[in-house]
Formats: sequence, structure tokens, C-alpha cells
Amino acid sequence: MRETTASPVGFTTKSDDKMAEKESILVVKNLTKHFKTSFGTVHAVDNIEFDVRFGETFGLVGESGSGKTTTGYMIMGVYTPTSGRIVFKGQDISVHVVKRPKSIKKDMSIVFQDPASSLNPSKTIKEIVGLPLKVHGLVKDNVELNKGVEELLEAVELPPERFMDTLPGDLGGGEKQAVAIARAIATHPSFVVLDEPTSALDVSVQAKVIKTLMKLQQELKLSYLFITHDLSLMRNVASRVAIMYLGKIYEYAPAHLFFHNPVHPYTKMLLSSVPVLTDEEETSKPRDVKSTGEVSSAINPPPGCRFHPRCPFATTICKVKEPEFVMIEPEHYVACHL
Amino acid sequence: MTEQLLEIKNLYVGYKTYRGTSKVLNGVHLSVNTGEKVGLIGESGCGKTTTMKTILRILPANAVIQNGEIYFRGKDIQRMGKNELNELRRTYIAMIFQDPTAALNPVFKIETQLADVIKSSHAHESRTEELNAKCIRLLKEVALPDPERVLDSYPFQLSGGMRQRVCIAMALATPRYLLIADEPTTNLDVTIQDQVLHLIKDIVEKRKLSVILISHALGTVRGFVDKVCAMYAGEIFEVAETEKLFSDPLHPYTKGLLESTPRLTGGFSEGIGGRVPDYINPPLGCRFHPRCNYSLSICKKEKPPFIDIEGNHSVACWLYNKK
Repeated sequence: MRETTASPVGFTTKSDDKMAEKESILVVKNLTKHFKTSFGTVHAVDNIEFDVRFGETFGLVGESGSGKTTTGYMIMGVYTPTSGRIVFKGQDISVHVVKRPKSIKKDMSIVFQDPASSLNPSKTIKEIVGLPLKVHGLVKDNVELNKGVEELLEAVELPPERFMDTLPGDLGGGEKQAVAIARAIATHPSFVVLDEPTSALDVSVQAKVIKTLMKLQQELKLSYLFITHDLSLMRNVASRVAIMYLGKIYEYAPAHLFFHNPVHPYTKMLLSSVPVLTDEEETSKPRDVKSTGEVSSAINPPPGCRFHPRCPFATTICKVKEPEFVMIEPEHYVACHL
Repeated sequence: MTEQLLEIKNLYVGYKTYRGTSKVLNGVHLSVNTGEKVGLIGESGCGKTTTMKTILRILPANAVIQNGEIYFRGKDIQRMGKNELNELRRTYIAMIFQDPTAALNPVFKIETQLADVIKSSHAHESRTEELNAKCIRLLKEVALPDPERVLDSYPFQLSGGMRQRVCIAMALATPRYLLIADEPTTNLDVTIQDQVLHLIKDIVEKRKLSVILISHALGTVRGFVDKVCAMYAGEIFEVAETEKLFSDPLHPYTKGLLESTPRLTGGFSEGIGGRVPDYINPPLGCRFHPRCNYSLSICKKEKPPFIDIEGNHSVACWLYNKK
């Protein structure tokens, strides 16, 4: 099974590309983003590819600085990619958001990490949630606006009569994030980027927010790109997972395989570092890799495999040659010389 | 080994705000024995940090200790004079804060900051070379590679994990009895978190220190401490040995917290509805009753007493009170 170099999107030739674009709501190909700074070029994202299929939750996992948020922002058009393609429903959208047609903007949205800073503190909840409705001309007058906002707030389980006219400052973290979700689904998008939607929240509140998200996905047939550093959470929400390290993806797998049979040493290191609650979980963790070292600088990423300075199994080839993807089992790909 | 190092009895602390007094701590009981590792868990805003700041008397100016006693090695902390308090802070109790970026002064080199800590303690070396050697020894103890370079750096030149290691080195610069680690790994990545926790654990065990580890992530506490206290809205709800608390939690709040945490092996619950109450007008009776699925009529009226269920497992909940 390991002999051929495979593309994780699963399609290597041109005609297959077209097929991928049909099956998937979003296809990312050779996507790269470099930031020029006075210290040198930051290789935030380097030549990554993945696809998000209709109705699934695709998980993007990595530590801070691995480029997962940059990827999310490129998809949303906050950054223009340095090179590479982003194809959304068969349409190339690898440009900045201002150059995208309004219909595309209506069809995708994002929930940010920190609800405290993503909601304008001087606007009421009604104004915040109502804005996308007005911008996309979904409501004609104030009555319809009220009705629309009420429906959205109900969808995220916030009683409208209590929340409509409050300011974000009066809400708890979980409620703020619920408002951000209501805003994200206001235009009935089919694709939502969730950029660490619960990392600023307590576990008790996180569970509630995740439940709301899962319910909405069912009801509205949403596709999610779920960005997080929390592997236990990922285990429970994603259908397929990609692991990012220093701007590159090193392993792809369906969620259940990923946790039972992690292959890349970095994946194992991540998994073995997760603090857990039960002995059952403890025994499920890989034991042959212990966490060492720190993430290298993205300005001068290590040559070859970017993980080699921290990898306990690194050999000479890892320092020179970049590993290519091999298929371990169906839908499970890894980039590692081992 | 079972000598009591720290005891907090019936502590009430409030903050004066323009809306009225915010009654944050509502009768906290906590005890730490010599060499014991205690975990304090709870959601954000439940008073974990306030409790710790009260121990060191570093509360902000608008805070009022309304009631309660804190004994450290048999001495009442509230009756200590300025000199005694300084002594307490620099030689007996050390604290590691959540955000190492905020804990270090950005305009001084690590060397200056670390040397200041050593100099301020009694056991200080007067000569520069000795001081320098001690700094390097400390940084090596916290497993920082290339300590000379670290000493010559400003905090912004170090990564988050390295900064937290420097903070740990500072906390351990002088011989201590008690280490308070206030969410020491919350701002770090999982792989770094794992390293830092192991480091703290190793040092603590080597030096036979007592520790209070504060965290809202239950997993980090589980692998670290002997005893866990679950805190909610300024009260300790449940105290048990670590294994016991994680395998057999009693209080509905502790259960809810445990169930809300996503598992690596799969499985996920609905979480706890609602949020931490407003401390200016906290709910009467048990402060958890508005969020509790099992609340009885008595929960709304009377604060539940703390009762022992079996050896070292106690809980404050009317459900377990046989009265």
C-alpha cells in the first residue's frame, strides 16, 4: 500500500481535479502564504492541499504558529494567497474578499476565536446579527429584520426577548459565541470556517456551543472547516482530520483512524501530550514519543521535514529531503520518511 | 509528612464596585499538608485566583476580606506585619502566574530580573560571579537549553514555553514551602504544556514542596495532584483524592464538569447550562442551584454544609445530607 506517492485530496491528474471539485464544497490546492517582515519572510503556510466535502466537518489541527488560522483567513479572503488555488463549489476564489462576488460572500462565513473582540461592544445584539441580513438584502423593512434576528437567536437557543437589545458586554462567553454563530448563519451559508470557536470558553460552556454547532450543521446542511488545537474536541466533532506543523500538513486521516492508528511522529507527540480524565484514554495514547523541543521559527523553517529537530526518529534523509505523501490505508495519508 | 502547612477557614472576600459589593468568596475551606499536591478546579470566574491572592495578601485595593482565617505554619496571615508578609512572599510561598508574558518585566533582561529575586531573599550571594552561577544553575534546573543566552535576553526574545520556565526558575530561586501554580500552562501549546507540567512535577517532588495547582482543564490536574478541590462561585463543593474524584464524583457540578470534557476515546455531553452567577446578587442557598438539574427546595434557601461521605471524600450538597 505504501509504494506510490499519492495526493491526499486523492486526485492527481487534471480530470480527477474536476471530480474532486464536484464532490467537495471546497478544494485547496498548493496553497501558500508568505508574509514579508523586516526579519525575513515568514512561511506561514507552505504548499498545502485538502478538500472539504459537502456536509462534513473537516478538522485542521496544529499548535499555535502552525498556520491553521492563516489557512482559514485565506479561504475567507482576509489574506490573498501568495500562490495556489482555492476552489469553492467549482469556482476559483483565491483572491481577496473585496474581489469576490457577493453571492460567494453570502455563501461562506466564519466564527472567530475570541467572541469578546469579534463583536462590536457598542452595538446591540440585534444590530450585530441583523447586519448581514441588511447587507445581503434579505430583509425589506424593520419588521422583517426583527423577525429574522429573532429566528436566528432562537436557532442558537438564546431567548430573543432577553437578548435583542443587550450589548455584548452584558453576555457571558458562551452567549457571546452563540451570537457570533447566529451572525455567521444569518445569510444561510453552506460553508462555515470555525476558527477555534471554543478555545476561549470553559469546558461546561464549550459543550453547549459545540452541541449548538452540531445541531445547526444537521438542520442547515452546513459544511465546517473546524480549526482547533484541542485533539479531544476534534475527536468528537470532525469526520476527517489534517495535522499541520509549521505551515505544512503532515497527516490526513478519517477521525476514527487518526486516533486509533496515528502514524506521523508529530501526531503521536500531540496525542501523547493531551491531558486526559480516564485510564481508558490513558492507555489509548501512543507511548513511544515523548514531547521534546519547541516549534522552530517559521522565518527559517528547518530544511527537509520541518519536524525533524523535534523528532525522536529523525534520520539523515529527514534533514535534507522533504517527505512526500504516502497512503497508509484508504483515506489515510502521511508525509514522513519512516 | 502529614503536618498541616496551610489552612484556610471560612474565608469570605468581596470586591467593592460601583454597583455594590461583589461577594466573591463565600466561605472557602482549604487545607494543604506538607509535601501535598492539591488541585483546585473550577470554571473561570469562580474565585480560584482570588483565593490564592488572599493567601499572599496581594489582592487589589478594592478587595475586602470580610471574614475568615488563613494560617500558614500555624501563623495567622492576616495578623502579619509588613516585614513578616514580605518574608512570607519571598521565602515561603512562591506563585507562578497564568501569563508569563505579563509576569515578566518587558524592559529588563532575564538576568536582571532573576538576580533581583535571588538578591531579595535571605540566602543571597553577594558576589556577581556567584549570582551569575546561581542564575545559570536555576535555568538548567528548569531544563532551558543555552542558559547564558537566555540570561542575556529580554522576555520578548523568548518563546512562551521558555518564559514560563523562567518564571518557574524565579519561583524556585529561594527555598520554599509552598508553590502556587495558577494555571501555569493555559497559554501554552499542548506539547509544551506537557513538558512544563512534567518539569514542575519533577522539581516539586525533588524538593518535597507542597503545591496548589489551579486549573480549569481537568486533565492537567489529574496527572499531577494527590487531592482535588472542586470550586464553584466562591465555594469549595467537593474535596477528594484525585483517583476518587475522577472515578466517582458526587456533586452535580463536579459531575457536569467531568462530563463536559471531550474524551480522546470519544463521548461528549451537553455541558452545564447557564453560567457563573452574578456575585453582587448571588443566588441564595446553594449558589449552584439555578444550574443544577437535581436541585431540591432546600437548595434555594440554605447553604449546604460540608459533610464527609467516606475517608477524605467530602461534599457540600443537600443530596448527600441524610438530615
